[in-house]
Amino acid sequence: MSDSEPTALYAAREPIFPRRVSGLFRTLKWWIMGVTLGIYYLTPWIRWDRGPNLPDQGVLIDLAGRRFYFFWIEIWPHELYFVAGLLIMAGVGLFLFTSALGRVWCGYACPQTVWTDLFLLVERWIEGDRNARMRLWKSGWTPRKIRLSLAKWALWMLISVATGGAWVFYYADAPTLLRDLITLDAAPVAYFTIMILTGTTFVLGGFMREQICIYMCPWPRIQAAMMDEETLTVAYRDWRGEPRGKGTKRRALAERAAASAQAAGPRIGGRSPRIPMPGIDPAVGMPEPARDEPGDCIDCNACVNVCPVGIDIRDGQQLACITCALCIDACDDVMARIGKPRGLIDYVAFSDEKRERAGQSSLSVWRHVLRPRTVAYTTLWSLIGLALLYALFARPEIDITVAPVRNPQFVVLSDGSIRNAYDVRLRNKHGEDRPFRIQVAGDAALRLDIEGIDATQVPVPADDMAHQRVYVIASANTDPALADATSIRFWVEDVISGERAYQDSVFNGRTEQ
Amino acid sequence: MMEGRTDRDPVTGTETTGHDWDGIQELNTPLPRWWLWTFYLTIVWGIGYCIAYPAWPLIDRATAGLLGYSTRAEVEAQIAKVDARNAEVAARLASADLATLERDDPAYHYGVAGGAAVFRAHCSQCHGAGAAGALGYPNLLDDDWLWGGTLDAIAATVRHGIRNDTDDDARWSEMPAYGEFLEVEQIAAATEFVLQLSGQAHDAQLAASGAVVFADECASCHMESGTGDRENGAPDLTDAIWLYGGSRESIIESITNSRFGVMPAWGPRLDEVEIKAVTLYVHQLGGGE
Ligand code: SF4
Ligand code: SF4
Repeated sequence: MSDSEPTALYAAREPIFPRRVSGLFRTLKWWIMGVTLGIYYLTPWIRWDRGPNLPDQGVLIDLAGRRFYFFWIEIWPHELYFVAGLLIMAGVGLFLFTSALGRVWCGYACPQTVWTDLFLLVERWIEGDRNARMRLWKSGWTPRKIRLSLAKWALWMLISVATGGAWVFYYADAPTLLRDLITLDAAPVAYFTIMILTGTTFVLGGFMREQICIYMCPWPRIQAAMMDEETLTVAYRDWRGEPRGKGTKRRALAERAAASAQAAGPRIGGRSPRIPMPGIDPAVGMPEPARDEPGDCIDCNACVNVCPVGIDIRDGQQLACITCALCIDACDDVMARIGKPRGLIDYVAFSDEKRERAGQSSLSVWRHVLRPRTVAYTTLWSLIGLALLYALFARPEIDITVAPVRNPQFVVLSDGSIRNAYDVRLRNKHGEDRPFRIQVAGDAALRLDIEGIDATQVPVPADDMAHQRVYVIASANTDPALADATSIRFWVEDVISGERAYQDSVFNGRTEQ
Repeated sequence: MMEGRTDRDPVTGTETTGHDWDGIQELNTPLPRWWLWTFYLTIVWGIGYCIAYPAWPLIDRATAGLLGYSTRAEVEAQIAKVDARNAEVAARLASADLATLERDDPAYHYGVAGGAAVFRAHCSQCHGAGAAGALGYPNLLDDDWLWGGTLDAIAATVRHGIRNDTDDDARWSEMPAYGEFLEVEQIAAATEFVLQLSGQAHDAQLAASGAVVFADECASCHMESGTGDRENGAPDLTDAIWLYGGSRESIIESITNSRFGVMPAWGPRLDEVEIKAVTLYVHQLGGGE
């Protein structure tokens, strides 16, 4: 071992200079980038009138006031199941999209991809396209390079600050916070959050880029497990493209390449391990149809040059590929120029590969997207969504929760009657103070006593919660006083609107001590 | 494995480390170098942290760290901050009369919450965390009071305690052990009368003679009607609440040997505001008068 050169256990990052590309998917990605970034940066500035005492910000996470405002929806802490429901929907939605379209999240919607794209746009604008950037990279620190780099970093920094800044606006009234931020009156935590998010945006979007996806993000590993034979994903039709080569000598070159590849043993893979597909020996691959003419790939490397993660899709499906589909655009462009049909690199499903190799045509996109698995995911997703919608519109404007006091279970009063105590929380979601009437049902012998209040009504402040101790009393020798436990129901009624809500509880009778 | 470093795994085309265990080879997919540097950075950070913050345990303390940070100091600062925020309401609690601290007074809830803390720290050992008491320790939730359940009465009980010999103003009474004066039969008769008073099953004939014993011996404190006397801490014998249990055996035991509890004076240990707070707390537990 010691006589040969030591195995390199660590590798330096290879710089990547993605070339500009245009086409169907690039256009789609520009739109998605515009819409998602627009939503992110602008949402906190949307105003929404909720009346005099409530914030007028459309979307606001009010941590201090413990409210989440989403336009006309207002969520209280005890309704956090909405958030849980939305997260579950996001999860099932990811299952759905991944089983239909592979890592489409990574390629189009992930913030890492979107911001990297934005940073690349800036980089290209300032330093030029691929070749210019490569030259600049190789050159020493000339004044020009310094100038360009500084300009690029400054723009990146501006974007980063705006990104970190936009985040905190979701947590406070945006115009006020902006003024406070500028006059240095905002809370330290706001500056701290902005600083951290600025730093991560700058580093992740400007420098780490594909390293995040390849080495840090857990999603690719999880998503890979959700793909199946019918999943459409970006792939190279090597049965159509090979043997590849340039110009008239393509055939000879291809033969020589094949021979030398045979001599060298298995092909040395890309920069990251290839994913062996079930049922296929990657060293051998699928049986090639006998062909005596060159394939469609002219080996122009356009697909490699545009790739933001710097891989060659022609090596097969790879762990590093985020399925951004830019190589499809690049290749389609080339095919158009040499007069061949588009789609040498395309969204292809594994089952289609088998079909096409056997000379059949592939299934339509819809046959891949609409199948039992995706329908099941869609159904599940919709059911959760409907349940949440129902919960949202069915929830009352008033609410009661009851926590029985269990230390002690009951108290004997001097006349022998039995008293249970309950901590009751009354929530008033109306924008004005309301009197609430509390009643107890379950046994005629039970009577209610509200601690500190002589009436049966409790005033509850506007848009707030009142905490009230309530006693339920059973006279001596009545049924509930003698029974071990009696089911009871607390009713609360908004005296003004007549709205009612209830919660069930239990009354403990006298048990032997 | 002597072939050197250029070995490749035939299946994946990945370089191997050259390690081979019974034909199983270890593939080498190089980690990015920045990962290594990040690891070194965490070590440097760790060292810096040890220097800046309290870290290494010594015999009786830990190294203090250059920044002088301590969780204790931070808690103190937080408490000071909360105290400052509560200064106004605390001042009102300190200056206001118990009687004026109505339920809607801003200092009322502050006092009750503070009183709950005082209660948990000092009172719950005997009266229980839920204030339900135990055999021999009064239940503070019910509507029966030995020495009175008004705010002032509760405050006096807390401040001076009961039957202790440290406070001259402690509430005081002592029931004699009637086993020394009365015959067993007389005690049994009196017991039947007490059972009758509280509406329990009793022997009517014995109770009739017990009434005489009661009038002679007990009524001076427990009153002729048996409803007790709060001046003397003499329990109401007609109600359903029994400090030592209301069974025949227990009543005989009480009459024969006498029973009474002791409570320390909290005046020397709690400050005035704490006494006020715990009084408000106990008063609102469900039996305040
Ligand atoms: S790998 Fe992770 S970080 Fe990269 S695009 Fe996919 S989800 Fe985003
Ligand atoms: S190979 Fe590169 S360019 Fe093609 S989809 Fe994957 S990440 Fe995008």
